[in-house]
Amino acid sequence: MASNAAVPFWRAAGMTYITYSNICAKHVRNCLKEPFKAEALNRENVHFSISKWVDGKAEKPILRSDTPGV
Amino acid sequence: MFRQASRLLSRSVAAASSKSATSRAFSTELPSTIDSTFVEAWKKVAPNMDPPQTPSSFMKARPSTASSIPTKLTVNFVLPYASELSGKEVDMVIIPATTGQMGVLPGHVPTIAELKPGIMSVHEGTDVKKYFVSSGFAFLHANSVADIIAIEAVPLENIDPSQVQKGLAEFTQKLASAATDLEKAEAQIGVEVHSAINAALSG
Repeated sequence: MASNAAVPFWRAAGMTYITYSNICAKHVRNCLKEPFKAEALNRENVHFSISKWVDGKAEKPILRSDTPGV
Repeated sequence: MFRQASRLLSRSVAAASSKSATSRAFSTELPSTIDSTFVEAWKKVAPNMDPPQTPSSFMKARPSTASSIPTKLTVNFVLPYASELSGKEVDMVIIPATTGQMGVLPGHVPTIAELKPGIMSVHEGTDVKKYFVSSGFAFLHANSVADIIAIEAVPLENIDPSQVQKGLAEFTQKLASAATDLEKAEAQIGVEVHSAINAALSG
């Protein structure tokens, strides 16, 4: 059955489904009991290294560790 | 009631004009064998190269839709970081669709349902396992296979009620003080998720 309902409020505010579902997942993770919470937050950490390309050579890579969301 | 109708219709069409390409099989009904005429044609053109592999040769074909409804529902429950249930045969799952809680039994009509934050329970005899899912989708196939995909799913007993109360208070306050539409929507999501967890814990 196709829904004829209005778009969800988060869509109306300009969010994408990915943003919405990531925010939902973040809230759920934050509500966990302690050993599970640290584990879940750790799993969401992102580590990557960036090196800029200047004058035909790669500069020294910078390692970044980001935690998505706030 | 009509779940076999399309199959029966396509069968009668196929019988009437067996050589026409109009009766195209569904992907669930495709055989996993490699097309031999294609392989022969390929060998003529490129004898030194192996013919390319197609998805159907990598993936097992889905079990076909049985004419009688099976007694068990096969559930694949997948998270980005884990495979919670893989091909598990259960009696029933209740999923939190955006249109309301949905009980899925074997022989359910094929549907795609968007999930909202809520309880998903897996019933296996007298054994009931409850998860809290954040959001996602459920794909219910005609052959009594349910693929459920969620971003985050946690067993209900792993949730800390004091954190839920704290979050609910925080986002209710944020919703009242939100200035822009985006802030308001973010706070609204916070309130909805936390009240869903709250309802799940108390209910």
